[in-house]
Amino acid sequence: MSPAPTTKLPPPTRKSEAQQKLQAAALYPLDWLEERSGLVSFHKFVLFRNVPRDVNWMQTLGAATLTAFLVQAITGVVLAMYYKPHPDTAYESILHITHDVTMGWLVRGMHRWGASIFIILMFFHMARVFLFGAYKYPRELNWIIGCLLLAMGLTEGFTGYLLPWDQTAYWATVVGINLNGTAPFLGPFLGTVLQGGAQIGGDTLSRFYSVHMLVVPGAIFALIGLHLYLVIRLGVTSPPWSRTEAGRERPAGKDAAHAEAAPGESEGVA
Amino acid sequence: MEAHDGGSKPRQSIWPVGIAVGIAALLVGLVISWWLVAAGGGLTLAFLVGWLVDSARQARRAAGIAAPAEAAEAEVPAETYTRNAFLTASTLAVGGVVGAGIAVPVVGFSIVGPFLHVKKYETDLGPITDYPENKWFTTTFMLDPKEGDVTRRTAFIRNNGLSDGVPSFTIISNHCVHLGCPVQPNGPEISKAKTERDAATGQEITKIGILPAGGFGCPCHGGQYDSEGNRTAGPPVRALDRYDYAIRGGHLILGKPYSVGHVTGTGAQAEIRKYTLAGPGQHIDGWEEFLYPLQPPHN
Repeated sequence: MSPAPTTKLPPPTRKSEAQQKLQAAALYPLDWLEERSGLVSFHKFVLFRNVPRDVNWMQTLGAATLTAFLVQAITGVVLAMYYKPHPDTAYESILHITHDVTMGWLVRGMHRWGASIFIILMFFHMARVFLFGAYKYPRELNWIIGCLLLAMGLTEGFTGYLLPWDQTAYWATVVGINLNGTAPFLGPFLGTVLQGGAQIGGDTLSRFYSVHMLVVPGAIFALIGLHLYLVIRLGVTSPPWSRTEAGRERPAGKDAAHAEAAPGESEGVA
Repeated sequence: MEAHDGGSKPRQSIWPVGIAVGIAALLVGLVISWWLVAAGGGLTLAFLVGWLVDSARQARRAAGIAAPAEAAEAEVPAETYTRNAFLTASTLAVGGVVGAGIAVPVVGFSIVGPFLHVKKYETDLGPITDYPENKWFTTTFMLDPKEGDVTRRTAFIRNNGLSDGVPSFTIISNHCVHLGCPVQPNGPEISKAKTERDAATGQEITKIGILPAGGFGCPCHGGQYDSEGNRTAGPPVRALDRYDYAIRGGHLILGKPYSVGHVTGTGAQAEIRKYTLAGPGQHIDGWEEFLYPLQPPHN
């Protein structure tokens, strides 16, 4: 059986013909997939990239934040299987989740504490990017996307806080909505839109639930995709103390101007 | 045109159809009969193997044929239509119309809705003889008994006695005008809670006698008010909101809430500067009122 063209031909070695045939047969499914979808080279493009020699544990904070978000997404999806967003049932269903459902205490705890961890990690990641100067050319756009993600993460925190529908949740949300309402000009409109009417009530709860689990997470997923695409496209930054260039070629013509602007950074670059 | 597919496009075959029929039979069989599951599974497997064998044979045959010279073809600019600009514009226009057709109902439903059809509430707070003259009561009630406890509101009510032969009441909302927390009386409760339920409407009214000698205070951020609701200390930006009322058949009927700039005097003689109801924290007088020129219709 001869393999489909090009992609995965084994390098020329002194392997016996039988070995070569075996290897070709083993790689045939991957070749088949690659020819029809490009998934193999896509996965290489995403994962097997050049990075600076002196990357650092600090540069894992972004991946940690992503993991924290995925934990929130997964635990949130399963919590929604038991949670009932209605003023008469919301608190009861939270009690049911916590005390009756198998490992409900654990899943709710993961979601509740994971929320704080997600926010904290976002700020740590942001601090790393700022202190490493990783927001500079050509990565400004990714900093801006990160700021949008931060705002959406905080919106998740605000809307999720109401869902247990206990006294803390209710009054914290009253205060939060009214805080938004005091913004000049459009504040009163924002307050009314947030509470879904002139008064806080049952519609506020279901509105917050929809925003919390559909509107904002969808936007976060999309923006994370864009965020990661830019990381892959632009490469990982060298730490500021690095004496080597980042794991990518400098765009032609940028070198001279860049060296003048930041002489410290380009020393050691031939 | 065929050259774009690399020139080695396989010929039509029956294999995928057999697989589709087999899988459908298998799934239907799960409901009807295990025999059909077996038949569907067998059919799927047979046609899958057939397809694999067939395409392997074709690939072997195609390996002998040289691939077409794609590099040369890439030089030729792609064919375009003379009406390309028109096609682009009309695609965008149709897309825009479809997009607007979806956006209008969605935005109307989720954003505009909350501003329209604001419910008008009237609540019967019981016979006025239940409110002795010059005594304060903390009264809780439901704005909409059908919606239940989530519409429960609290007001501080005092019967001011007759003014020009008409009963006069002071009804102050307990919503702090800083950020909306529940304001508490600065003084003792002087009677037990008395609850009246109306089985017909589901309404439930609770009254507690209070002595707010020190006015009212908010537990959240320390806002303080005197017993007419004027701000005396802390972050609130105006006096406490009040409710309109009417006396109908000897009963006290609660009406619309309104905002208050300042109250001079007390009880029936009080001069109240009334404004349309504004959200907590929003200025209604002074130069800061110009920060909120677009008050949405509350109540």
